[in-house]
Amino acid sequence: MKVLKSATFQLFVFSILLATLSQNVLNPYQQLILSYVAINVILATSLNLVNGFCGQFSLGHAGFMAVGAYVSGVLSLHVQIFQGPIHFLNFPFYALVGGLAAAVAGWFVGMPSLKLRGDYLAIVTLGFGEIIRVIVLNLDSVGGARGLYGIPGPKGISLKDFGIPFELSSFFVGSTLAFFFAGGTCVVLWRLTRSSFGRAFLSVKEDEVASECMGVNTTQTKVFAFVISSFFAGVGGSLFAHTTNYLNPASFQFMKSVDVVIMVVLGGMGSLTGSVLAAIFVTVLPEALRPLQQYTGVDLRMVIYSLSLILLMILRPQGILGTKEWSDFSPFRKWVGKR
Amino acid sequence: MEDFFQHVLNGLNLGAIYALIALGYTMVYGVLQFINFAHAEVYMLGAFSIYYANKWLHLSDHPGWMAFGISIAIAIVVCSAVGLLIERLAYRPLRGSPRLNILITAIGVSLFLQFSGQAVFGADPKLFPQVLMDSEIVRFGQIQIRSFDLTILGVSMAAMALLHFLIHHTKMGRAIQAVRHSQTSASLMGINVNFMISLVFVLGSSLAGVGAVLVGLKYPKIDPLMGMLIGLKAFVAAVVGGIGSLPGAVVGGLLMGLSEEMVVAYLSSTYRDALAFGLLILILVLRPSGLFGKSQVEKV
Amino acid sequence: MNPSPLLRFKETSIQFGGLKVLSDLNFELQNGELVGLIGPNGAGKTTVFNIISGIYQPTKGDVFFEQESLLQKKPYEISRDGIVRTFQNIRLFSTLSVVQNIGIAMHKAGPYSFWSSIFKTKKFVQFESDFILRAKELLEIFGLSHLAEEEAGSLPYGIQRRIEIIRALAASPRLLLLDEPAAGLNHAETDELMKLIRKIRDQFRLSVLLIEHDMKLVMGICERIFVLDHGEIIASGRPEEIRKNPKVIEAYLGSEVLDGE
Repeated sequence: MKVLKSATFQLFVFSILLATLSQNVLNPYQQLILSYVAINVILATSLNLVNGFCGQFSLGHAGFMAVGAYVSGVLSLHVQIFQGPIHFLNFPFYALVGGLAAAVAGWFVGMPSLKLRGDYLAIVTLGFGEIIRVIVLNLDSVGGARGLYGIPGPKGISLKDFGIPFELSSFFVGSTLAFFFAGGTCVVLWRLTRSSFGRAFLSVKEDEVASECMGVNTTQTKVFAFVISSFFAGVGGSLFAHTTNYLNPASFQFMKSVDVVIMVVLGGMGSLTGSVLAAIFVTVLPEALRPLQQYTGVDLRMVIYSLSLILLMILRPQGILGTKEWSDFSPFRKWVGKR
Repeated sequence: MEDFFQHVLNGLNLGAIYALIALGYTMVYGVLQFINFAHAEVYMLGAFSIYYANKWLHLSDHPGWMAFGISIAIAIVVCSAVGLLIERLAYRPLRGSPRLNILITAIGVSLFLQFSGQAVFGADPKLFPQVLMDSEIVRFGQIQIRSFDLTILGVSMAAMALLHFLIHHTKMGRAIQAVRHSQTSASLMGINVNFMISLVFVLGSSLAGVGAVLVGLKYPKIDPLMGMLIGLKAFVAAVVGGIGSLPGAVVGGLLMGLSEEMVVAYLSSTYRDALAFGLLILILVLRPSGLFGKSQVEKV
Repeated sequence: MNPSPLLRFKETSIQFGGLKVLSDLNFELQNGELVGLIGPNGAGKTTVFNIISGIYQPTKGDVFFEQESLLQKKPYEISRDGIVRTFQNIRLFSTLSVVQNIGIAMHKAGPYSFWSSIFKTKKFVQFESDFILRAKELLEIFGLSHLAEEEAGSLPYGIQRRIEIIRALAASPRLLLLDEPAAGLNHAETDELMKLIRKIRDQFRLSVLLIEHDMKLVMGICERIFVLDHGEIIASGRPEEIRKNPKVIEAYLGSEVLDGE
């Protein structure tokens, strides 16, 4: 049965299962953390495309996340295409629009900067992130410094209309969507990196001059990676907006970009699996450290993070997985073909 | 009209400070080809070192040239030490690694210093000690030339002149120039490349230290995160002037200071910080090698 | 003289700041020729390659490939036009496999669209299995298909040199530029290389321009040789002529070569 093999279907099943598990096993606090994990997975894997696979240094992921979040959030306040039991379909739509807006922004930022030396991209993206934040801060129409309230989240679905005496809670619907987005991002990026595009990214990272001389349009390749990466950052932002139902420019500071960089570096620049693992780790860890923070009264998180960056680069620059993926480990080798 | 001259004066002052810090960025970029993000924190630590030194030495009880001179000396020593440490511990192990790794480390060091600073010094702003008295020196109608302004301009010019002398008229300076051109050739000629690189860090950090004292005079509020903004502006100044070019850093710094002052005076202060990024985008689009830069030819 | 040469340098000069690296170069390469470019270090040989491949732009003059000017073209455009090169210091994509290296040269960034790749369309699946086969076929011609899955950077130096040449071939050149292909090779390996280059030129029907210091190789396989010194061509002609040319001997060869090697 072709449907059963289709990735979309498998993703759907996976999301439902995970959402069910989450609803029944975890307490509300843990459930929230899990949604943050989903968001961070999307952010980390997408940034890895640029930083890890293409070897460029972007420090502005939070900016694109913000674009996606605000566009998606504002759109949802004014437009609801799907009503009734299929209301949840609005959210993929919002995410798509948010992602596209972020992708367009990515194009405008990437086009001029990627023609130049790599270090400039870092500064330009850093600047872009800050500019976006300052713009939003000064735009009263999106709440400015007070923030944007009341962003709708997915509603629960009553299956009574279909003759099934069952209610799907809004939390369940939201979780399913979150895991579907996260899983979908992983699948799309996985396939992209296992294609000629992925090889082109890697060639640019390895040796840009040689790549160009072998006929690869390296600027176009870099911009392409950057735009795709920005799209998913926007999707992550959209998910964030509809999960927390409130947006504030303070959530998109430079530190957020650094958070994502840490996830990518820790997991391994060039390993999507690594980004997923690191995203989980980095999301969960501060919560585990919270008692320590309350004890010392100081947010040691950034101190630990920055020190880890330095130590990682000196002692283990390849992070946890380097460029290996889950499919490179022997029990899984049989499932997946070679690259 | 008189207002305009006052603004020009202020802009030059601000610009001189940006120039001092920009020189640090540009020198490191010239020899090692990367952005030393942590330079801004060296500057920050310079400011804090005087704050704490003051607690111990009570310099602000006797403001004057002596106190000022001692502050400059302390700042230079502390900043050089910090710069050296960073180079030795964080950057040298990565010589030969992909550029991306060094950039990440640099960001790491920058953030580490900022947040450790917060943890150790406390996040709330402190007041830089007044080691020099400000007074009006000259007056042309509405235009005031205050002693602070002259001091800032004078000291920064002197520091830059000293650097120029060191780079262009001493054997050491020529060795640095050789290393900037090609590390392998320089080492083949018997130059201790590691020593020269450390020297570059010391020189750049010393200038940052001087800058820290001068800034502390005019804008006495200091906090552990102060480095970021000024660092960014100074870096943009270096890029505008042509990264790797010393005169470029000076011109870029002055330009940055002047434009910032003009924007605040004649446009609006909310755009003050956005100006830096605007300038950066502009120069990257129009003339990426900067005003004085040569487009880098990569050895193939 | 064939009126339409494959490659033509016309009064080409390049200057970096105050340093004139190449002055008024005029030379031509005909279709199917195997030509050598020799000269002392610093003469400007690699600069010539860098100009042909589009990495540098000449400050004066022009360069024509099949009668079309290469000026202002980007390196990847020039590569796709049919000029592919190797590098003095091997520039393989070291962490990628041999097949991936070859694949990138073969297909650049993709004959299928982004959508094809993420929806795993037939076109995508077909192509992915195809290119591996074609890459292995190419490797097989040189007896190296057993190394297909090896990490390029882990291979011995001599093999890497060959892989780099094969990679350049995969990009379907009409003109192949080899930059010091024999550097670091011993006598036996150099002999192998000479056979390889001749085979490539004959079997793939392309033209070759190579830079070399190894006189045995140059004199052995080149049909014509240009000698570059201080940015100028001081001699050109067949190997026998070059060998005896006093200007060349003085600038570069030394008298040992006269005795034949």
